[in-house]
Amino acid sequence: MFHALVSIKQVPDTTNIRIDPETNNLIRQGVPTILNPYDAHAVAAAVEWKRKLGGQVTVITMGPASAVTSLRECIEMGADRAILISDRKFAGADTWATSYVLSEVIKAIHAEQPIDLVFFGKQAIDGDTAQVGPGVAVRLDLPIITYAVKIHEVDLQNRKVVIERKTESRNEVIRASLPAALTCEKEIAEIPYASLPDLVYSLRYEPELWTTEGPISFDPTQLGLRGSPTTVFKTGTPEKHKGGEVIKTAELGVEGAVRTALDKILAVEGMASLLGVSK
Amino acid sequence: MTRRFWVYIEQENGKPHQVSWELLGVARRLADEIKDELEKSGDTALVEGVLVGHHVEHIAREALHYGADTVYYVDDPAVKHYLNKPYTTVLTQLVKKYQPEVMLVGATTLGRDLAGSVATSVGTGLTADTTHLAMGSPKEGEKKLLMATRPAFGGNVIATILCRNHRPQMATVRPRVFSMPERIAEPKGQVVREDIAITPEMINAEIVEFLTDKASTVNIEYADVIVAGGRGLGNPKGFALIKELADELGGVVGASRACVDAHWIGYEHQVGQTGKTVRPKLYIAAGISGAIQHKVGMQESDFILAINRDPNAPIFEIATLGIVGDLYEVIPAMIREIRARKEAKHG
Repeated sequence: MFHALVSIKQVPDTTNIRIDPETNNLIRQGVPTILNPYDAHAVAAAVEWKRKLGGQVTVITMGPASAVTSLRECIEMGADRAILISDRKFAGADTWATSYVLSEVIKAIHAEQPIDLVFFGKQAIDGDTAQVGPGVAVRLDLPIITYAVKIHEVDLQNRKVVIERKTESRNEVIRASLPAALTCEKEIAEIPYASLPDLVYSLRYEPELWTTEGPISFDPTQLGLRGSPTTVFKTGTPEKHKGGEVIKTAELGVEGAVRTALDKILAVEGMASLLGVSK
Repeated sequence: MTRRFWVYIEQENGKPHQVSWELLGVARRLADEIKDELEKSGDTALVEGVLVGHHVEHIAREALHYGADTVYYVDDPAVKHYLNKPYTTVLTQLVKKYQPEVMLVGATTLGRDLAGSVATSVGTGLTADTTHLAMGSPKEGEKKLLMATRPAFGGNVIATILCRNHRPQMATVRPRVFSMPERIAEPKGQVVREDIAITPEMINAEIVEFLTDKASTVNIEYADVIVAGGRGLGNPKGFALIKELADELGGVVGASRACVDAHWIGYEHQVGQTGKTVRPKLYIAAGISGAIQHKVGMQESDFILAINRDPNAPIFEIATLGIVGDLYEVIPAMIREIRARKEAKHG
């Protein structure tokens, strides 16, 4: 029996975020929240291997009550059990405090039913830190394979996993002992269409709620803002750049606009020799 | 007391990653920013590199040319290639031994993997993907801290992060966010080999195979000329035209996230928040509307030429020069004009 655990996050859809041009504030209203796209692929991979090997997929998330929507989405994709870790005392957690809570929860689940693989998305699109996966792995002393693009083999008998990961210059195939952790790129698995039984199951599925009250206890000094080594000192909007000249083919003609543009580019010192084009 | 500013010197296959030199330049500037405090306290500040690998002494020596006062290195065949646990363990031991105040790591795939693990293992805070770093007092009279500024929410917000009570104050920085420092011809620093035994308990994974060598095909981060295409291309075939112009200019092909998500072109070409940060001398953005997520990855380019049919496209807000027009007319005309000028030069 294969037991996969996937740690997911519900995030604002950052591609839909807009800035109020007058106040320069983030317009949060009406911004849809979604299951972090990389996490969706991590769930897909976990489900794919559950179907190959037989077993169970448990999904966990730390977040507000509204995150049950994303947990249900994972159930719809074929996950079997979902846990919402939610408490006001967790609020304001940085990646250090987040990885503390997640690793305590994973330890407890592992004690109930041993976990073979812990999946994460490579990063969440709201914070883009990519730190929680490695943080949890270090706390649990698990081998971690980041930027995973393909799971070649899960050998439950010999307790080995073979995973391909992407680095800047090449792909590496890594063999590690189980249990292990991985952070997933989108290539790890295609998002499956929900099967009818999974869809029906997800509609009436109620995720479990874990809080500071139970079923496990947490060290209160490690939680939320208080347990976070980093703090946000200030926030702002990025500096506005001033655009340069704009020319129009409708006015200068295509050839005219192109000649004007090239003349301006080549007038920059060093550009003519860089491009191998004379002025 | 010695206040140490550390830079992780990244290497792969015995070759240093250029971001390491960029960070040595930043670390030197940070050390200079606390000169007033040093004068008062009598403390000294050191810029130091730390390096792990096998047969890497030459890289340690090279780091001195980019301003390191000291480079500590661990040389062992067991750590020839990057692996999370042994590298994390070694770095953690060195951090505990020397207690640096600040530690900077390149936000490469390996660097991010390592930094997140070292921060957890040491028990300190880490700010990812910083775009601005300074030593400053949060309150007047307070000792200067690392002020690490980074984009969040897809680049829509910038946040300055502090790590007040834990050391080192760690940050990752993407390649090309900061410029290269000048190479010092005759450096004064020294290299120190650290004897740390790599024990079997440190090895919990092994590399069984290296696959594709992508390095030789695309490396947009360090390209001087990039021609990038966006959704305005209309279809994946548009990249043939983009490539033709890039080839003509001796450049490489970039792309917006929309094109990569649509599988028009590979991820290694993606510029922006979830792709690469670039700062070429010339960036041509064709059919790219200029969403903030794209802009944060290329706005430091020296010259940005934007080509877009929509005069209100946000890309024009950061373009050095804009052409409002159909890219399928403009780019072929540009290729013809460049060829004509090259011929005129040789003819």
